[in-house]
Amino acid sequence: MKTLTLTTAALALTAGMAFADAHSTVRLGTEGAYPPFNFINDAGEIDGFEADVGNELCARAELTCEWVTNEWDSIIPNLVSGNYDAIIAGMSITAERDEVIDFTQDYFPPTASVYVALSADADLTGVVAAQTSTIQAGYVAESGATLLEYATPEETVAAVRNGEADAVFADYDFLAAIVDASGGELTYAGEPVPLGGGVGMGIRESDAELRDAMDAAITSMKEDGTLNTLLVKWFGDDVTTY
Amino acid sequence: MFAYCADPSTLDGLTWLSCYLTTGKHMGFYYAFGTVLLLLAITAPVSLAFGFGGAAMARSRILPVSWIGKAYISVVRGVPDIVFFLFFVIAIDQIFELIRHKIKCPEWTEPIRQGSDFIVCQAAKLPLGNSPQWVHEVYGFSIAVLTFAIVFGAFAANILFGAMRAVPRAQLETAEAYGMSHRQVFRRVLVPQMWVYALPGLSNLWMVLIKATPLLFLLGVEDIVYWARELGGTKTPQFTAYPHGDWRMWYFLFLLVFYLCLTKVSEVVLERLMLRLTHGQATTGGESQRRAA
Repeated sequence: MKTLTLTTAALALTAGMAFADAHSTVRLGTEGAYPPFNFINDAGEIDGFEADVGNELCARAELTCEWVTNEWDSIIPNLVSGNYDAIIAGMSITAERDEVIDFTQDYFPPTASVYVALSADADLTGVVAAQTSTIQAGYVAESGATLLEYATPEETVAAVRNGEADAVFADYDFLAAIVDASGGELTYAGEPVPLGGGVGMGIRESDAELRDAMDAAITSMKEDGTLNTLLVKWFGDDVTTY
Repeated sequence: MFAYCADPSTLDGLTWLSCYLTTGKHMGFYYAFGTVLLLLAITAPVSLAFGFGGAAMARSRILPVSWIGKAYISVVRGVPDIVFFLFFVIAIDQIFELIRHKIKCPEWTEPIRQGSDFIVCQAAKLPLGNSPQWVHEVYGFSIAVLTFAIVFGAFAANILFGAMRAVPRAQLETAEAYGMSHRQVFRRVLVPQMWVYALPGLSNLWMVLIKATPLLFLLGVEDIVYWARELGGTKTPQFTAYPHGDWRMWYFLFLLVFYLCLTKVSEVVLERLMLRLTHGQATTGGESQRRAA
Protein backbone atom coordinates (compact mmCIF):
# COMPACT_ATOMS: atom_id res chain seq x y z
CA MET A 1 0.00 0.00 0.00
CA LYS A 2 2.75 2.34 0.98
CA THR A 3 4.61 1.78 -2.27
CA LEU A 4 1.37 2.36 -4.13
CA THR A 5 0.85 5.75 -2.49
CA LEU A 6 4.47 6.61 -3.11
CA THR A 7 4.25 5.64 -6.77
CA THR A 8 1.08 7.66 -7.16
CA ALA A 9 2.72 10.63 -5.52
CA ALA A 10 5.78 10.24 -7.71
CA LEU A 11 3.61 9.94 -10.79
CA ALA A 12 1.61 13.01 -9.87
CA LEU A 13 4.84 14.88 -9.25
CA THR A 14 6.40 13.92 -12.58
CA ALA A 15 3.14 14.72 -14.35
CA GLY A 16 3.19 18.14 -12.72
CA MET A 17 6.80 18.61 -13.71
CA ALA A 18 6.09 17.52 -17.25
CA PHE A 19 3.33 20.11 -17.37
CA ALA A 20 5.57 22.86 -16.07
CA ASP A 21 8.23 21.79 -18.53
CA ALA A 22 5.85 21.64 -21.47
CA HIS A 23 4.42 25.02 -20.63
CA SER A 24 7.39 26.97 -19.40
CA THR A 25 6.12 29.57 -21.84
CA VAL A 26 2.52 29.57 -22.97
CA ARG A 27 2.02 31.26 -26.31
CA LEU A 28 -1.31 33.02 -26.66
CA GLY A 29 -2.58 33.50 -30.18
CA THR A 30 -4.86 36.43 -30.97
CA GLU A 31 -6.04 38.35 -34.01
CA GLY A 32 -5.22 41.90 -32.93
CA ALA A 33 -7.95 43.43 -35.07
CA TYR A 34 -11.13 43.17 -33.02
CA PRO A 35 -11.43 46.04 -30.56
CA PRO A 36 -12.29 46.12 -27.72
CA PHE A 37 -11.55 42.38 -27.43
CA ASN A 38 -8.06 42.57 -28.89
CA PHE A 39 -6.26 45.15 -30.98
CA ILE A 40 -2.86 46.67 -31.57
CA ASN A 41 -2.52 49.94 -29.66
CA ASP A 42 -0.60 53.04 -30.72
CA ALA A 43 2.58 51.67 -29.25
CA GLY A 44 2.28 48.60 -31.46
CA GLU A 45 1.45 46.25 -28.58
CA ILE A 46 -1.49 43.92 -28.11
CA ASP A 47 -4.12 45.59 -25.99
CA GLY A 48 -7.78 45.22 -25.12
CA PHE A 49 -10.07 43.22 -22.88
CA GLU A 50 -8.47 39.92 -23.80
CA ALA A 51 -4.95 41.25 -23.28
CA ASP A 52 -5.92 42.16 -19.72
CA VAL A 53 -7.76 38.90 -19.11
CA GLY A 54 -4.99 36.81 -20.64
CA ASN A 55 -2.25 38.44 -18.58
CA GLU A 56 -4.28 38.07 -15.39
CA LEU A 57 -5.06 34.41 -16.13
CA CYS A 58 -1.40 33.66 -16.74
CA ALA A 59 -0.44 35.41 -13.50
CA ARG A 60 -3.00 33.36 -11.58
CA ALA A 61 -2.03 30.07 -13.21
CA GLU A 62 1.63 31.01 -12.62
CA LEU A 63 2.55 30.70 -16.27
CA THR A 64 4.81 32.85 -18.39
CA CYS A 65 2.80 33.98 -21.36
CA GLU A 66 3.76 35.46 -24.67
CA TRP A 67 1.43 37.07 -27.21
CA VAL A 68 1.36 36.16 -30.87
CA THR A 69 -0.83 37.62 -33.60
CA ASN A 70 -2.26 35.45 -36.32
CA GLU A 71 -4.77 35.88 -39.13
CA TRP A 72 -8.29 34.94 -38.06
CA ASP A 73 -8.68 32.60 -41.03
CA SER A 74 -5.84 30.30 -40.02
CA ILE A 75 -6.07 30.77 -36.28
CA ILE A 76 -7.37 27.23 -35.56
CA PRO A 77 -5.03 25.35 -37.97
CA ASN A 78 -2.03 27.10 -36.41
CA LEU A 79 -3.18 26.13 -32.93
CA VAL A 80 -3.55 22.44 -33.75
CA SER A 81 -0.21 22.33 -35.52
CA GLY A 82 1.37 23.74 -32.38
CA ASN A 83 2.49 27.24 -33.35
CA TYR A 84 0.91 28.58 -30.18
CA ASP A 85 -0.85 27.01 -27.22
CA ALA A 86 -4.11 28.91 -26.82
CA ILE A 87 -6.47 31.08 -28.83
CA ILE A 88 -7.78 34.12 -27.03
CA ALA A 89 -9.39 36.09 -29.80
CA GLY A 90 -13.04 36.74 -29.09
CA MET A 91 -13.84 33.23 -30.27
CA SER A 92 -17.36 32.10 -29.43
CA ILE A 93 -17.78 28.60 -28.12
CA THR A 94 -19.66 26.58 -30.73
CA ALA A 95 -20.27 22.88 -31.22
CA GLU A 96 -18.53 22.95 -34.63
CA ARG A 97 -15.31 24.40 -33.27
CA ASP A 98 -15.50 22.14 -30.26
CA GLU A 99 -15.04 19.16 -32.57
CA VAL A 100 -11.62 20.42 -33.60
CA ILE A 101 -10.36 22.15 -30.46
CA ASP A 102 -11.32 22.38 -26.80
CA PHE A 103 -12.65 25.42 -25.03
CA THR A 104 -12.26 26.65 -21.49
CA GLN A 105 -15.36 27.96 -19.77
CA ASP A 106 -16.48 31.33 -21.09
CA TYR A 107 -14.77 34.49 -19.86
CA PHE A 108 -17.17 36.69 -21.78
CA PRO A 109 -20.88 35.92 -21.32
CA PRO A 110 -23.07 34.96 -24.29
CA THR A 111 -24.26 38.18 -25.91
CA ALA A 112 -26.17 39.37 -28.89
CA SER A 113 -24.98 39.99 -32.41
CA VAL A 114 -26.45 42.97 -34.23
CA TYR A 115 -26.92 44.33 -37.71
CA VAL A 116 -25.43 47.73 -38.43
CA ALA A 117 -26.33 49.69 -41.55
CA LEU A 118 -26.47 53.19 -42.97
CA SER A 119 -30.15 53.45 -42.06
CA ALA A 120 -32.34 51.67 -39.52
CA ASP A 121 -34.67 50.30 -42.21
CA ALA A 122 -31.91 48.63 -44.25
CA ASP A 123 -32.80 45.44 -46.09
CA LEU A 124 -31.47 42.65 -43.85
CA THR A 125 -32.34 40.01 -46.42
CA GLY A 126 -30.20 41.76 -49.02
CA VAL A 127 -26.40 41.68 -48.98
CA VAL A 128 -24.98 41.29 -45.47
CA ALA A 129 -21.26 41.45 -44.67
CA ALA A 130 -19.65 39.25 -42.00
CA GLN A 131 -16.17 38.02 -41.19
CA THR A 132 -15.13 34.64 -42.62
CA SER A 133 -15.57 31.59 -40.37
CA THR A 134 -17.45 33.38 -37.62
CA ILE A 135 -20.76 32.33 -36.12
CA GLN A 136 -22.20 35.49 -37.62
CA ALA A 137 -21.22 34.39 -41.13
CA GLY A 138 -22.91 31.05 -40.51
CA TYR A 139 -26.03 32.78 -39.25
CA VAL A 140 -26.25 35.13 -42.25
CA ALA A 141 -25.81 32.25 -44.67
CA GLU A 142 -28.79 30.49 -43.11
CA SER A 143 -30.92 33.62 -42.76
CA GLY A 144 -31.57 33.80 -46.50
CA ALA A 145 -29.58 36.98 -47.02
CA THR A 146 -26.65 37.08 -49.46
CA LEU A 147 -23.50 36.63 -47.40
CA LEU A 148 -20.49 38.78 -48.23
CA GLU A 149 -17.44 37.43 -46.40
CA TYR A 150 -14.30 39.37 -45.51
CA ALA A 151 -11.06 38.29 -43.89
CA THR A 152 -10.96 41.08 -41.30
CA PRO A 153 -13.65 42.78 -39.19
CA GLU A 154 -12.45 46.15 -40.53
CA GLU A 155 -13.40 45.24 -44.07
CA THR A 156 -16.92 44.16 -43.13
CA VAL A 157 -17.67 47.64 -41.79
CA ALA A 158 -15.95 49.32 -44.75
CA ALA A 159 -18.24 47.32 -47.06
CA VAL A 160 -21.29 48.96 -45.50
CA ARG A 161 -19.75 52.41 -45.66
CA ASN A 162 -18.97 52.15 -49.35
CA GLY A 163 -22.29 50.57 -50.21
CA GLU A 164 -21.11 47.09 -51.18
CA ALA A 165 -23.22 45.56 -48.44
CA ASP A 166 -26.60 46.63 -47.07
CA ALA A 167 -25.60 45.76 -43.51
CA VAL A 168 -22.84 44.21 -41.43
CA PHE A 169 -23.56 41.51 -38.87
CA ALA A 170 -21.15 41.13 -35.94
CA ASP A 171 -20.83 41.06 -32.16
CA TYR A 172 -22.66 43.94 -30.53
CA ASP A 173 -19.62 44.81 -28.42
CA PHE A 174 -17.38 45.18 -31.45
CA LEU A 175 -19.86 47.28 -33.45
CA ALA A 176 -20.94 49.49 -30.55
CA ALA A 177 -17.68 51.47 -30.51
CA ILE A 178 -17.81 51.92 -34.27
CA VAL A 179 -21.42 53.10 -34.29
CA ASP A 180 -20.66 55.55 -31.46
CA ALA A 181 -17.67 56.96 -33.33
CA SER A 182 -19.42 57.23 -36.70
CA GLY A 183 -21.31 60.37 -35.70
CA GLY A 184 -24.70 59.13 -36.89
CA GLU A 185 -23.49 57.69 -40.17
CA LEU A 186 -24.01 54.12 -38.98
CA THR A 187 -26.96 52.85 -37.01
CA TYR A 188 -28.39 49.60 -35.70
CA ALA A 189 -30.91 47.82 -37.89
CA GLY A 190 -33.35 45.06 -37.01
CA GLU A 191 -33.36 43.16 -33.75
CA PRO A 192 -30.31 41.86 -31.85
CA VAL A 193 -29.79 38.11 -32.29
CA PRO A 194 -28.44 36.05 -29.37
CA LEU A 195 -25.67 33.86 -30.80
CA GLY A 196 -23.01 31.50 -29.48
CA GLY A 197 -22.22 30.17 -26.05
CA GLY A 198 -20.02 32.99 -24.84
CA VAL A 199 -16.36 33.58 -25.59
CA GLY A 200 -13.82 31.07 -24.34
CA MET A 201 -10.17 30.29 -24.75
CA GLY A 202 -9.42 27.72 -27.46
CA ILE A 203 -6.93 25.02 -26.52
CA ARG A 204 -5.68 21.87 -28.26
CA GLU A 205 -7.76 18.81 -27.40
CA SER A 206 -4.65 16.95 -26.30
CA ASP A 207 -3.72 19.71 -23.86
CA ALA A 208 -6.09 19.03 -20.98
CA GLU A 209 -3.64 20.31 -18.34
CA LEU A 210 -3.52 23.79 -19.81
CA ARG A 211 -7.28 23.83 -20.20
CA ASP A 212 -7.77 22.84 -16.54
CA ALA A 213 -5.26 25.42 -15.35
CA MET A 214 -6.96 28.18 -17.33
CA ASP A 215 -10.41 27.00 -16.28
CA ALA A 216 -9.41 27.23 -12.65
CA ALA A 217 -7.95 30.70 -13.19
CA ILE A 218 -11.13 31.90 -14.93
CA THR A 219 -13.23 30.55 -12.06
CA SER A 220 -11.11 32.42 -9.54
CA MET A 221 -11.42 35.63 -11.59
CA LYS A 222 -15.17 35.20 -11.72
CA GLU A 223 -15.38 34.57 -8.00
CA ASP A 224 -13.44 37.62 -6.82
CA GLY A 225 -15.05 39.96 -9.33
CA THR A 226 -11.91 40.94 -11.25
CA LEU A 227 -13.43 39.64 -14.46
CA ASN A 228 -16.48 41.89 -13.98
CA THR A 229 -14.22 44.88 -13.34
CA LEU A 230 -12.41 44.23 -16.60
CA LEU A 231 -15.69 43.73 -18.48
CA VAL A 232 -16.94 47.12 -17.28
CA LYS A 233 -13.57 48.73 -18.02
CA TRP A 234 -13.62 47.68 -21.67
CA PHE A 235 -17.31 47.36 -22.55
CA GLY A 236 -18.95 50.02 -20.39
CA ASP A 237 -21.58 49.76 -17.68
CA ASP A 238 -24.23 48.09 -19.85
CA VAL A 239 -22.25 44.92 -20.37
CA THR A 240 -23.61 41.60 -19.06
CA THR A 241 -21.47 40.57 -16.11
CA TYR A 242 -21.11 37.34 -14.15
CA MET B 1 8.24 60.29 -29.59
CA PHE B 2 8.29 64.10 -29.34
CA ALA B 3 7.46 65.87 -26.09
CA TYR B 4 4.51 67.73 -27.61
CA CYS B 5 2.86 64.42 -28.54
CA ALA B 6 1.56 63.85 -25.02
CA ASP B 7 -1.98 64.87 -25.93
CA PRO B 8 -2.52 64.44 -29.67
CA SER B 9 -6.17 65.56 -29.55
CA THR B 10 -5.04 69.15 -29.07
CA LEU B 11 -2.76 69.09 -32.10
CA ASP B 12 -3.56 69.61 -35.73
CA GLY B 13 -1.94 69.80 -39.13
CA LEU B 14 1.69 68.90 -39.48
CA THR B 15 2.41 68.63 -35.76
CA TRP B 16 -0.37 66.06 -35.45
CA LEU B 17 0.99 64.21 -38.47
CA SER B 18 4.52 64.21 -37.09
CA CYS B 19 3.23 62.59 -33.88
CA TYR B 20 0.98 60.19 -35.76
CA LEU B 21 3.75 59.00 -38.04
CA THR B 22 6.13 58.31 -35.16
CA THR B 23 3.91 56.09 -32.98
CA GLY B 24 5.25 52.71 -31.94
CA LYS B 25 2.88 51.14 -34.40
CA HIS B 26 4.33 53.12 -37.28
CA MET B 27 7.80 52.10 -36.18
CA GLY B 28 6.65 48.53 -36.73
CA PHE B 29 5.60 49.55 -40.24
CA TYR B 30 9.00 51.13 -41.02
CA TYR B 31 10.77 48.14 -39.53
CA ALA B 32 8.77 45.91 -41.88
CA PHE B 33 10.35 47.66 -44.88
CA GLY B 34 13.68 46.43 -43.56
CA THR B 35 12.21 42.93 -43.31
CA VAL B 36 11.15 43.03 -46.96
CA LEU B 37 14.53 44.32 -48.15
CA LEU B 38 16.32 41.74 -46.01
CA LEU B 39 14.15 39.02 -47.48
CA LEU B 40 15.07 40.16 -50.99
CA ALA B 41 18.75 40.41 -50.12
CA ILE B 42 18.83 36.86 -48.73
CA THR B 43 16.37 35.17 -51.06
CA ALA B 44 17.94 36.34 -54.33
CA PRO B 45 21.33 34.65 -53.82
CA VAL B 46 19.78 31.58 -52.18
CA SER B 47 17.33 31.00 -55.02
CA LEU B 48 20.14 31.60 -57.50
CA ALA B 49 22.06 28.85 -55.72
CA PHE B 50 19.02 26.58 -55.85
CA GLY B 51 18.66 27.43 -59.52
CA PHE B 52 22.30 26.78 -60.24
CA GLY B 53 22.09 23.43 -58.47
CA GLY B 54 18.89 22.52 -60.28
CA ALA B 55 20.30 23.46 -63.69
CA ALA B 56 23.57 21.64 -63.08
CA MET B 57 21.63 18.55 -62.01
CA ALA B 58 19.25 18.73 -64.95
CA ARG B 59 22.13 18.67 -67.44
CA SER B 60 24.06 16.00 -65.56
CA ARG B 61 25.06 12.91 -67.56
CA ILE B 62 24.04 10.68 -64.66
CA LEU B 63 20.44 9.89 -65.51
CA PRO B 64 18.80 9.75 -62.02
CA VAL B 65 20.46 13.06 -61.06
CA SER B 66 19.20 14.65 -64.24
CA TRP B 67 15.72 13.32 -63.50
CA ILE B 68 15.72 14.87 -60.05
CA GLY B 69 16.82 18.22 -61.48
CA LYS B 70 14.22 18.13 -64.22
CA ALA B 71 11.47 16.98 -61.86
CA TYR B 72 12.29 19.84 -59.48
CA ILE B 73 12.09 22.38 -62.28
CA SER B 74 8.86 21.15 -63.80
CA VAL B 75 6.99 20.32 -60.60
CA VAL B 76 7.69 23.59 -58.80
CA ARG B 77 7.15 25.66 -61.94
CA GLY B 78 3.86 23.93 -62.57
CA VAL B 79 2.27 24.47 -59.17
CA PRO B 80 0.71 27.85 -58.32
CA ASP B 81 2.96 29.87 -56.00
CA ILE B 82 0.23 30.44 -53.50
CA VAL B 83 -0.39 26.71 -53.08
CA PHE B 84 3.29 26.26 -52.31
CA PHE B 85 3.26 29.10 -49.86
CA LEU B 86 0.25 27.77 -48.00
CA PHE B 87 1.50 24.21 -48.13
CA PHE B 88 5.09 24.83 -47.14
CA VAL B 89 4.58 26.85 -44.00
CA ILE B 90 2.75 23.99 -42.38
CA ALA B 91 4.38 21.05 -44.17
CA ILE B 92 8.06 22.08 -43.89
CA ASP B 93 7.60 22.99 -40.27
CA GLN B 94 5.97 19.64 -39.50
CA ILE B 95 8.59 17.68 -41.44
CA PHE B 96 11.39 19.38 -39.47
CA GLU B 97 9.62 18.69 -36.20
CA LEU B 98 8.94 15.10 -37.16
CA ILE B 99 12.60 14.46 -37.97
CA ARG B 100 13.74 16.06 -34.72
CA HIS B 101 11.10 14.09 -32.87
CA LYS B 102 12.40 10.78 -34.25
CA ILE B 103 15.94 11.66 -33.22
CA LYS B 104 15.36 13.30 -29.86
CA CYS B 105 12.48 11.30 -28.42
CA PRO B 106 12.81 7.67 -29.51
CA GLU B 107 10.96 6.49 -26.40
CA TRP B 108 7.81 8.45 -27.27
CA THR B 109 4.88 6.07 -27.68
CA GLU B 110 1.86 8.29 -28.19
CA PRO B 111 0.70 8.89 -31.76
CA ILE B 112 1.93 12.07 -33.39
CA ARG B 113 -1.42 12.81 -34.91
CA GLN B 114 -4.23 12.83 -32.38
CA GLY B 115 -7.36 13.87 -34.22
CA SER B 116 -6.41 17.14 -35.82
CA ASP B 117 -3.59 17.84 -33.38
CA PHE B 118 0.02 17.48 -34.45
CA ILE B 119 1.98 16.59 -31.35
CA VAL B 120 5.70 16.05 -31.03
CA CYS B 121 7.67 15.94 -27.81
CA GLN B 122 8.69 19.29 -26.32
CA ALA B 123 12.37 18.85 -27.15
CA ALA B 124 11.51 18.44 -30.84
CA LYS B 125 9.49 21.63 -31.09
CA LEU B 126 10.79 24.15 -33.57
CA PRO B 127 11.50 26.64 -32.22
CA LEU B 128 11.43 25.35 -28.65
CA GLY B 129 8.18 26.31 -26.97
CA ASN B 130 9.95 28.40 -24.35
CA SER B 131 12.21 30.35 -26.67
CA PRO B 132 11.60 34.09 -26.87
CA GLN B 133 9.38 35.65 -29.50
CA TRP B 134 12.27 36.86 -31.67
CA VAL B 135 13.44 33.27 -32.18
CA HIS B 136 9.97 32.41 -33.43
CA GLU B 137 10.09 35.37 -35.76
CA VAL B 138 13.51 34.48 -37.12
CA TYR B 139 12.34 30.91 -37.63
CA GLY B 140 9.23 32.09 -39.48
CA PHE B 141 11.38 34.36 -41.59
CA SER B 142 13.77 31.52 -42.45
CA ILE B 143 10.87 29.31 -43.51
CA ALA B 144 9.75 32.18 -45.72
CA VAL B 145 13.22 32.50 -47.27
CA LEU B 146 13.36 28.75 -47.86
CA THR B 147 9.93 28.71 -49.50
CA PHE B 148 10.75 31.67 -51.73
CA ALA B 149 14.10 30.09 -52.61
CA ILE B 150 12.53 26.77 -53.60
CA VAL B 151 9.87 28.40 -55.75
CA PHE B 152 12.08 30.99 -57.41
CA GLY B 153 14.98 28.56 -57.59
CA ALA B 154 12.97 26.40 -59.98
CA PHE B 155 12.44 29.32 -62.32
CA ALA B 156 16.08 30.31 -62.03
CA ALA B 157 17.07 26.72 -62.77
CA ASN B 158 15.07 26.76 -65.96
CA ILE B 159 16.65 30.04 -67.03
CA LEU B 160 20.18 28.86 -66.24
CA PHE B 161 19.53 25.52 -67.93
CA GLY B 162 18.56 27.39 -71.08
CA ALA B 163 21.48 29.80 -70.73
CA MET B 164 23.94 26.91 -70.43
CA ARG B 165 22.60 25.50 -73.67
CA ALA B 166 22.82 28.90 -75.37
CA VAL B 167 26.60 29.10 -74.96
CA PRO B 168 27.91 28.29 -78.44
CA ARG B 169 28.80 24.63 -78.76
CA ALA B 170 31.98 25.57 -80.63
CA GLN B 171 33.34 27.25 -77.49
CA LEU B 172 32.98 24.07 -75.48
CA GLU B 173 34.47 21.94 -78.23
CA THR B 174 37.46 24.23 -78.45
CA ALA B 175 37.98 23.91 -74.72
CA GLU B 176 37.76 20.15 -74.99
CA ALA B 177 40.26 20.23 -77.83
CA TYR B 178 42.67 21.97 -75.47
CA GLY B 179 42.37 18.92 -73.24
CA MET B 180 40.15 20.30 -70.50
CA SER B 181 38.07 17.84 -68.52
CA HIS B 182 34.27 18.14 -68.39
CA ARG B 183 34.50 19.82 -65.03
CA GLN B 184 37.05 22.32 -66.28
CA VAL B 185 34.98 23.14 -69.34
CA PHE B 186 31.96 23.71 -67.10
CA ARG B 187 33.83 25.94 -64.69
CA ARG B 188 36.11 27.87 -67.01
CA VAL B 189 34.13 28.21 -70.21
CA LEU B 190 30.45 27.47 -69.72
CA VAL B 191 29.65 29.24 -66.45
CA PRO B 192 31.44 32.53 -67.16
CA GLN B 193 29.73 32.84 -70.52
CA MET B 194 26.23 31.73 -69.62
CA TRP B 195 25.40 34.78 -67.45
CA VAL B 196 24.90 37.04 -70.41
CA TYR B 197 22.26 34.67 -71.76
CA ALA B 198 20.70 34.22 -68.35
CA LEU B 199 20.52 37.85 -67.32
CA PRO B 200 17.37 38.92 -69.20
CA GLY B 201 15.51 35.98 -67.67
CA LEU B 202 17.02 36.49 -64.24
CA SER B 203 16.24 40.18 -64.21
CA ASN B 204 12.65 39.31 -65.01
CA LEU B 205 12.66 36.88 -62.14
CA TRP B 206 14.07 39.51 -59.79
CA MET B 207 11.21 41.84 -60.69
CA VAL B 208 8.68 39.08 -60.04
CA LEU B 209 10.39 38.31 -56.73
CA ILE B 210 10.10 41.95 -55.64
CA LYS B 211 6.44 41.90 -56.46
CA ALA B 212 5.97 38.56 -54.69
CA THR B 213 7.23 39.81 -51.32
CA PRO B 214 3.71 40.72 -50.12
CA LEU B 215 3.16 36.95 -49.99
CA LEU B 216 5.23 37.13 -46.79
CA PHE B 217 2.00 38.11 -45.17
CA LEU B 218 0.60 34.67 -46.00
CA LEU B 219 3.56 33.11 -44.24
CA GLY B 220 2.72 34.86 -41.00
CA VAL B 221 5.52 37.41 -41.22
CA GLU B 222 4.30 40.89 -40.35
CA ASP B 223 5.31 42.62 -43.56
CA ILE B 224 4.47 46.04 -44.98
CA VAL B 225 1.14 44.87 -46.38
CA TYR B 226 0.03 43.64 -42.96
CA TRP B 227 0.97 46.95 -41.35
CA ALA B 228 -0.55 49.04 -44.13
CA ARG B 229 -3.83 47.23 -43.65
CA GLU B 230 -3.64 47.45 -39.89
CA LEU B 231 -2.63 51.12 -39.78
CA GLY B 232 -4.97 52.22 -42.52
CA GLY B 233 -8.07 50.66 -40.99
CA THR B 234 -10.64 52.89 -39.33
CA LYS B 235 -9.60 53.84 -35.81
CA THR B 236 -12.26 54.74 -33.30
CA PRO B 237 -11.37 57.24 -30.55
CA GLN B 238 -11.94 54.72 -27.73
CA PHE B 239 -8.87 52.71 -28.63
CA THR B 240 -6.35 55.16 -29.98
CA ALA B 241 -5.10 58.68 -29.44
CA TYR B 242 -5.13 59.17 -33.21
CA PRO B 243 -8.62 58.34 -34.49
CA HIS B 244 -9.11 58.46 -38.25
CA GLY B 245 -11.31 57.06 -40.99
CA ASP B 246 -10.50 54.42 -43.54
CA TRP B 247 -7.04 55.43 -44.74
CA ARG B 248 -6.07 52.13 -46.29
CA MET B 249 -6.07 53.71 -49.74
CA TRP B 250 -3.28 56.13 -48.77
CA TYR B 251 -1.20 53.43 -47.17
CA PHE B 252 -1.55 51.18 -50.17
CA LEU B 253 -0.74 54.11 -52.46
CA PHE B 254 2.45 54.57 -50.50
CA LEU B 255 3.27 50.87 -50.98
CA LEU B 256 2.63 51.25 -54.69
CA VAL B 257 5.12 54.10 -54.88
CA PHE B 258 7.60 52.12 -52.81
CA TYR B 259 7.41 49.11 -55.10
CA LEU B 260 7.65 51.27 -58.21
CA CYS B 261 10.79 52.95 -56.87
CA LEU B 262 12.29 49.60 -55.96
CA THR B 263 11.69 48.16 -59.42
CA LYS B 264 12.97 51.34 -61.08
CA VAL B 265 16.23 51.19 -59.15
CA SER B 266 16.53 47.51 -60.03
CA GLU B 267 16.03 48.25 -63.71
CA VAL B 268 18.84 50.80 -63.71
CA VAL B 269 21.22 48.48 -61.88
CA LEU B 270 20.40 45.50 -64.07
CA GLU B 271 20.90 47.60 -67.20
CA ARG B 272 24.44 48.46 -66.05
CA LEU B 273 25.15 44.86 -65.16
CA MET B 274 24.04 43.76 -68.62
CA LEU B 275 26.39 46.29 -70.22
CA ARG B 276 29.28 44.94 -68.21
CA LEU B 277 28.48 41.30 -68.89
CA THR B 278 28.09 41.72 -72.65
CA HIS B 279 31.54 43.30 -72.82
CA GLY B 280 33.75 41.14 -74.99
CA GLN B 281 31.06 38.51 -75.57
CA ALA B 282 30.31 36.92 -78.92
CA THR B 283 26.76 38.29 -78.86
CA THR B 284 25.14 41.16 -80.75
CA GLY B 285 25.39 43.30 -77.62
CA GLY B 286 29.08 42.56 -77.22
CA GLU B 287 29.69 43.12 -80.91
CA SER B 288 28.06 46.56 -80.90
CA GLN B 289 30.13 47.53 -77.85
CA ARG B 290 33.27 46.50 -79.71
CA ARG B 291 32.32 48.60 -82.73
CA ALA B 292 31.49 51.63 -80.62
CA ALA B 293 34.80 51.45 -78.78
